[in-house]
Amino acid sequence: MLDIKEVIETNRMIMENNLDVRTITMGISLLDCTASTLEEVKEKIYNKITTKAKDLVKVGKDIERELGIPIVNKRISITPISLVGGSVCHCPEDFVELAKVLDKAACEVGVNFIGGYSALVSKSMTPADEYLVRSIPEALATTKRICSSVVVGSTKTGLNMDAIRLVGQMIKQAAVLTKDEDSLGCAKFVVLCNAPDDNPFMAGAFHGVTEADAIINVGVSGPGVVKSALEKVRGENFEVLCETIKKTAFKITRVGQLVAQEASKRLGIPFGIIDLSLAPTPAVGDSVGEVLEEIGLEYTGAPGTTAALAMLNDQVKKGGIMASSYVGGLSGAFIPVSEDKRMIDAAACGALCIEKLEAMTCVCSVGLDMIAIPGDTPDSTISGIIADEMALGMVNQKTTAVRIIPVIGKGVGEQAVFGGLLGYAPIMRVSPYSCEKFISRQGRIPAPIHSFKN
Amino acid sequence: MHKTIITVVGKDTVGIMAKVCTYLANNQVNILDISQTIVQDFFNMMMVADMTGSSKDFDVLASELEQIGEEIGVDIRAQKAAIFDRMHRL
Repeated sequence: MLDIKEVIETNRMIMENNLDVRTITMGISLLDCTASTLEEVKEKIYNKITTKAKDLVKVGKDIERELGIPIVNKRISITPISLVGGSVCHCPEDFVELAKVLDKAACEVGVNFIGGYSALVSKSMTPADEYLVRSIPEALATTKRICSSVVVGSTKTGLNMDAIRLVGQMIKQAAVLTKDEDSLGCAKFVVLCNAPDDNPFMAGAFHGVTEADAIINVGVSGPGVVKSALEKVRGENFEVLCETIKKTAFKITRVGQLVAQEASKRLGIPFGIIDLSLAPTPAVGDSVGEVLEEIGLEYTGAPGTTAALAMLNDQVKKGGIMASSYVGGLSGAFIPVSEDKRMIDAAACGALCIEKLEAMTCVCSVGLDMIAIPGDTPDSTISGIIADEMALGMVNQKTTAVRIIPVIGKGVGEQAVFGGLLGYAPIMRVSPYSCEKFISRQGRIPAPIHSFKN
Repeated sequence: MHKTIITVVGKDTVGIMAKVCTYLANNQVNILDISQTIVQDFFNMMMVADMTGSSKDFDVLASELEQIGEEIGVDIRAQKAAIFDRMHRL
């Protein structure tokens, strides 16, 4: 029989520490939506999404009500659209047409984001891939719910530097097209290395080609719960610290597993994975930065940050792994600057710089995430920042990503406001030194050697 | 069996139990177990209930319980027991 203390503990996590299920993401394969004309493809895509996901939001709300835990987002990820539209899209404008259909379908079923307006170009690009990449600025500026990603490298293929150069230009164009909203378009676009096929979190979610026709993936969160648990072990040794994080991650993940199983059963769609990431929001008490401070740092970015984050990330995984039958996606700790109150504060006071964030991404989930930079940053510098982050992923055999926002019309010291879960961010300083000649070289960086580890 | 956990949190006053129990009885909800404790001066009560016999949907029962809570100035929540079982039991 349940003990009242356990019931109180769970409800306190939900009500006081912002424990929530961050997202139920339905992955939908669109590989069977190919046809001989653009109009047919548009119709097939719209019909498939609105049929498969018609009950997603309702089921999410029902589970939320019955278990008494918020399920913040209901989302959809789809097959990378460059593969689906490849045969009928003969220019970037054709792909924008598909983006508008996806946006309409997402609106119809009531999800807040649909991810997979993507291209997988780790080695090189087909003409369709290139059209898609070139269509991204327009697609993001003319839709509300589309999230886009481009995979530009992997440990097995090396880095596609032509794609990295092009993506740098596209980020800038997307920023210009959405300059009235602090270049919001860029907040819905991410560049990836070693991207997982089953990530439920935006903006990098897409439904990989190795996946089933439809699948349910769930992302759990809970930095506030970890922070609260750590308050009780202040000054204790590392063993106690690690045990506390592991136990908390276990409990959080068990809830995610339950929600995933229920959603899968009610929707009649197989369960894919739980992504057990600590995903912050701009709300006070829902911050990974606060967890790092509780571990013992004055601010995120202080010496020791990388070690503390490495430990946190590892313990979250160790605790969560046993709580779920299938763990996948990105799993670890996210460090998006604009979506985390204490990271914003750390960046604003100068404790946290892009270079330190880059080091931090070597030991945790994802990468340089939701970072606002001056709007006059050269395209080649943006590509250079991306190339650096992709190289970390390639060499260390991990997923890395860049979601960076050159805020048009703003400079260091000013602030960009994106709203909602995307939050707000101080514009961070970027190195003024040029990498123009490096980025303008053609071709790709070869895959790294897997021996002689140093 | 639809095992449900009903929690009542708030300032202790006369008649909380009576109100909640009367409502549950009127709606054919069977109470399996009750426990209570005081945490940081707040009255915490937990009921394990079986809603199988009720003609009302879970959502309606939960909403009406919330409403009773508002009337008497306490927080009443109904949640399926699964969330607690999963988190605290292997």
